Amino acid sequence: MMQRIVIFFTFIFLTVTAFAIDTGKAFDDPAMQARYEHLIAEIRCVTCQNQTIKDSNAFIAADLRREIRRLMEEGKDDDEIADFLVTRYGDFVLYRPRFAGKTLALWIAPFLLVLFGGFAIFRVIRHRMTLSVDEDGKAQ
Amino acid sequence: MTPKTRYMLPLYAVIIMIPILYLGLQSDPSELPSQYIGKPAPDFDLPMLKDPAKNVSTADLQGKVSLVNIWATWCGGCRAEHAFLMQLSREKTIPIYAINWRDNRPKALSWLAELGDPYVASGFDEDGRVGIDWGVYGAPETFLVNTEGHVVYRFTGPLNRASWEEEFVPRIAELTK
Repeated sequence: MMQRIVIFFTFIFLTVTAFAIDTGKAFDDPAMQARYEHLIAEIRCVTCQNQTIKDSNAFIAADLRREIRRLMEEGKDDDEIADFLVTRYGDFVLYRPRFAGKTLALWIAPFLLVLFGGFAIFRVIRHRMTLSVDEDGKAQ
Repeated sequence: MTPKTRYMLPLYAVIIMIPILYLGLQSDPSELPSQYIGKPAPDFDLPMLKDPAKNVSTADLQGKVSLVNIWATWCGGCRAEHAFLMQLSREKTIPIYAINWRDNRPKALSWLAELGDPYVASGFDEDGRVGIDWGVYGAPETFLVNTEGHVVYRFTGPLNRASWEEEFVPRIAELTK
């Protein structure tokens, strides 16, 4: 009996619910399909903003997938497709912002902050090293 | 740096941060600014919803200040703003053009028959291509277009009298003076 219950629950937990999100027809060329899958995983769904259009079943995501497919069939390269989307929706549509223009601060700020913090720590440590210590071990 | 100023530093930092954080509270992170502000309205040429033999296009927007409203029958916010658009059209404040976005023609026609048609013309964008060209990310959206056919402002969400008075009236006054 116990064994049956165990088997029953094992199979319950083995089931994986799968929803076909992208219902479009796959490219005949596997390389194209791979490029397509890579591209749609980099594009933000504009209504459901923390999902890529690969993961979203919102119809705007479906529309954007269709447009990307069409642009690829027209022979556009990845940069041209990114341009197409950025012109319409802005830099936010790309999950990985470009290293230019308005998004430059996003890329550079972390390094500047680390530099600034490192400099501050350096100053504090160097200052402490100059403090003399009295007999009780207290800094003077 | 005297010890006193040093101890005050965190307080100064907080005082500087407060207005920045306060501004952050006011902004809606889900709002995407339109990429077309100050630029020509994206080209479109669509069959009219009511008469597919005729077209409505960017050329129709030239030479007047107008609204371009993105709507659909599946969109709840569009129903919410419809009565206000009807008022605007009765007041003849501004011509309202529309893009009927990703919709079904019979449904859209019966919607207009039932609730009234505030639009000079609705373009029928069945597959949503024009919507993408306009950077639409959810209906309703309302674009204000100037006499040169440039986008001046975009409003997302259902329009009402209050948002109209606040966002559109001053801009239209500026454009028509």
